[in-house]
Amino acid sequence: MSEIQVKEEGGGKNKQKKQQLRVDFTPMVDMNMLLITFFMFCTTLLTPKTMNITMPTKDDTLTDEEKTKFKESMAITILLGANDEVYYYTGMIAEDRSSYADPDFLKQSSYDADGLRKYLLERNNEMYAVIQDLKTKKEKQQITEAQYNLQTGELQKKAIQDTKAPQIMIKPTDLSTYKNTVDALDEMLVCNIGSYTLSEINQGDTYLLYMKTGNTEYLSEEQKLELNKAK
Amino acid sequence: MAKVKVKKQSTFIDMTAMSDVTVLLLTFFMLTSTFVKNEPVQVTTPASVSDFTIPETEVMTILVNEKGKIFLSLEESQANIVETLKRVGEDYGVTFSPQQYDVFKNLKSFGVPIGSMVQFLDLPKDARDSYLREGENTRVGIPDSDEALSDVRGVVSAGKNEFKHWVMHARAVNSDLRIAIKADKLTAYPIIKKIMDDLRELKENRYLLITTLKTASSE
Repeated sequence: MSEIQVKEEGGGKNKQKKQQLRVDFTPMVDMNMLLITFFMFCTTLLTPKTMNITMPTKDDTLTDEEKTKFKESMAITILLGANDEVYYYTGMIAEDRSSYADPDFLKQSSYDADGLRKYLLERNNEMYAVIQDLKTKKEKQQITEAQYNLQTGELQKKAIQDTKAPQIMIKPTDLSTYKNTVDALDEMLVCNIGSYTLSEINQGDTYLLYMKTGNTEYLSEEQKLELNKAK
Repeated sequence: MAKVKVKKQSTFIDMTAMSDVTVLLLTFFMLTSTFVKNEPVQVTTPASVSDFTIPETEVMTILVNEKGKIFLSLEESQANIVETLKRVGEDYGVTFSPQQYDVFKNLKSFGVPIGSMVQFLDLPKDARDSYLREGENTRVGIPDSDEALSDVRGVVSAGKNEFKHWVMHARAVNSDLRIAIKADKLTAYPIIKKIMDDLRELKENRYLLITTLKTASSE
């Protein structure tokens, strides 16, 4: 391969001389190997990606009308617990406190494909298909990114008005990790859910978790005091 | 007995093919990889399916390690970086020399209480890196609490939530600046909540959460 045959043709009488030119590539390979090792050690292949989130404004001056209203039948609350556990319930906690005693009200789930995702897809199947359709169109470049954003925005808005799409509240407890939060937000992306917020956990939710798991760590300081008093 | 003829064989191995392969590999690595950033703390970001790439400039990255130490890195023009430091310094009554500004604008990331900033900037480069690596030290990490902080060597932070001041001034200097949160996946949620609450109080409601792309194998 690395041989070049040089034919030298002299005068008529001279014999044809055949010379072989061989280039030794070994040092070249050595150098390349060194460079490869350098790149492998000093670089990362993982390019960081980001997830855009918009938090609701922390503003007490908002009137009730400005606040996003959740329709009870369509509301799903996801509670992120300790040790990568995840729980969810639909609707609201009943005012007569019957939800606390009902073992089926708060359901345990998981971050696996057949856990939370399965349930959310079930609830969101109509919208999921429509948006997935738009997504493939965008990938095939039949519509632009801007068109995609506009259309999905409108569809999701309409679905919420018609109470066809679930509205989700993600409430991480103090015992959960950052990874859990990102995982939960991820499920929203996978299931094409248009309306979700990351919100703060309240006393009702912590009590619900306590009743379900028996773990007093979920309770707020106030609730712990009350519990001790009751004992 | 007949003489055994030792055959002389050439041991020349043709390296051309090998060279071709290595050059290909090299090209692949050069094109697909990015250099490891020298960050004071190593964080493992959580995986996600989201595939937005982060903008390379005009970003302020809030680096949070497992224990909740905060470091900041500003990717914007040097003039803006210097202006940010100047404004934060004014808030706390700290002034810097031109040399210190010079050092600061070339910093990849920083994370010391403003009270120790002068001292930190006067250190030689290697000493600065090792200083930031002392994770347990109370003099490392930007304080984000309103309570005053002190250790055996005296006052570390006079309170007034320095983290909030940094974000506030960085955004005031450059309104196009975007905020990215890069936290370790094992960080407890209350730490993240505190940071998000601080940002929300500043009316910063949009941020980028830095994640790595989830591959089929990691699911």
